[in-house]
Amino acid sequence: MKKPIWLLPAALLLLSACEREKREFRPAQVSEETDEKIALSSLSAGPSPPSQQTTGKGKNFEENAYHISEGQKLYTWFNCNGCHSNGGGGSGPALMDDRWIYGGSIEHIVQTIREGRPNGMPSFRGKIPDDQVWQIAAYVRSMGRYTPKAASPARRDDMHPGPAEQRRPPAEMNPGGSIPSSAQMPQ
Amino acid sequence: MGARPFLILLSALPLSGCSGWQSALDTHGPHADSLARLFWIFLAILSTVWIVTIVMLLLALRRRREPGDDPLMTHPGTERRMTIVVSSAVALTALIVMALTIVSYGAQRVLFASRDGPLTLLVTGQQFWWKVQYEDASPARTFTTANEIHIPVGEKVLIKLESSDVIHSFWVPSLNGKLDAIPGRQNQIEIQADRPGVYRGQCAEFCGWQHAHMGLLVVAETRQDFERWRDGQISAAHIPDDPEEQKGMEIFMTKPCIMCHQIRGTSAGGKVAPDLTHVGSRQYIAAGTLPTTRGNIAAWIVDPQGIKPGVHMPLVQLAPEEIQPLATYLESLK
Ligand code: HEC
Ligand code: HEC
Ligand SMILES: [Cu+2]
Repeated sequence: MKKPIWLLPAALLLLSACEREKREFRPAQVSEETDEKIALSSLSAGPSPPSQQTTGKGKNFEENAYHISEGQKLYTWFNCNGCHSNGGGGSGPALMDDRWIYGGSIEHIVQTIREGRPNGMPSFRGKIPDDQVWQIAAYVRSMGRYTPKAASPARRDDMHPGPAEQRRPPAEMNPGGSIPSSAQMPQ
Repeated sequence: MGARPFLILLSALPLSGCSGWQSALDTHGPHADSLARLFWIFLAILSTVWIVTIVMLLLALRRRREPGDDPLMTHPGTERRMTIVVSSAVALTALIVMALTIVSYGAQRVLFASRDGPLTLLVTGQQFWWKVQYEDASPARTFTTANEIHIPVGEKVLIKLESSDVIHSFWVPSLNGKLDAIPGRQNQIEIQADRPGVYRGQCAEFCGWQHAHMGLLVVAETRQDFERWRDGQISAAHIPDDPEEQKGMEIFMTKPCIMCHQIRGTSAGGKVAPDLTHVGSRQYIAAGTLPTTRGNIAAWIVDPQGIKPGVHMPLVQLAPEEIQPLATYLESLK
């Protein structure tokens, strides 16, 4: 009797595609802070649209379950929940809805965290290492389920304020970029 | 040449783990004593039972019935003897089970005897280290430290166990059995050391990548030494006057370190990672992973993920010339 031995390597091959759990503990480039150029508005001076430059680093973070769950931990460690609660908003705006004052792409959120925003969002530049900023931003995007279901957190360590991120309905990507008038005043 | 020397060596190997600073059979307190006694009593009785059973089995196999005997024939004499043997074996079994239950109950009475000691600690298991808070009626005498517990010799110490993330288990084999630290609830365990010494403990419930590197130390010392240590720990961190240490302090205060770590008496107020106020006074850093030396502190800061992959301390970018002052400063925090 012939056993389909070849099935074994084939099954292993399937497993090797599991990128969602890949754990990169050490930052790739120790000395470099990512420097993305993001436009907040589609308006620009001159005849050409605003120049943008992204490194593509965001994709690695928001499709990776490990990075997102680390971001979830850091979100409370660095007291983001003090102002934004568990995403529903408090003195800061809600992060799980589809309204983004400063853009909802991961690069926009990284910029929000790193530089701060005028109406009361503090800047965390120099206070959070670069990769950790990306992890938190990836987690923020999972709150409204802008991240793939497979990578979104399925449980949290403390009390559950609502269904886990993984069980929330996926959101449509909001192109973001322009500042609505609501952002002109403190919320 | 046979495999015998090899086998002897192999059987001696497990025994080599039975003494030293982390062994349930090398006991140094009443709780661990009663557990070890229980272990030896069970071992003696159950191995006797096992040996008797095997001997009987071998005898029964050798003294088989003669072939040709009619299997349906009964001899009243043999029947009676068999009844006696079987019923006394059953009675003996019941007796042994009962006796062991009573012995085990006796040990539990020691383990769970009282629930208040002169000293109460709140120990919180975190991935992958232990947060230790010394409680006191007066708030000014409470303080927080990590991975190293000092206790006065001969006194009961009550430990309240909590967890901040997943299930851990607190186990100092020379002093007591294991007890789980479970998120959302508090368990209590008591330890007491009868002799001064350093006893190692270990997380005993798999909790993630660095479970194996989640150790702790219990240092038992005389009451005077303990009081001296406690007064030192309560005080705020020493303010450096050496220029190198001052530089290190400045680097620490302007880096992400302060988001996670606390150094009492400075502006570093993070509460999610080990309190570093007296990190230099502890024997080990990173939960029993590296002895506290300037070199090891530097190695840890430069590459925490290389020493404990998956640990929740990220790599913080530092210039090469910043590392030495930072390590010097941290080592000076006695
Ligand atoms: C002191 C309170 C406070 C803290 C702490 C804080 N935020 Fe904010 N955050 C705000 C406020 C207020 C705004 C709105 C700013 C504005 O409209 O200019 C904001 C805005 C934001 C936005 C932009 C939302 C949008 O619609 O574009 C994001 C994303 C965000 N915060 C994430 C975070 C994260 C992540 C953390 C933790 C690292 C954090 N915040 C910590 C107060 C805070
Ligand atoms: C995101 C939070 C975070 C940041 C930022 C951080 N650490 Fe840590 N640190 C930790 C955690 C968590 C541990 C415990 C690691 C373990 O043993 O599992 C730790 C452990 C340590 C220890 C060993 C303490 C002990 O007693 O075992 C030292 C020393 C230390 N950190 C120094 C630093 C320095 C210096 C910086 C800044 C360059 C820094 N840390 C930044 C989270 C952080
Ligand atoms: Cu563990």
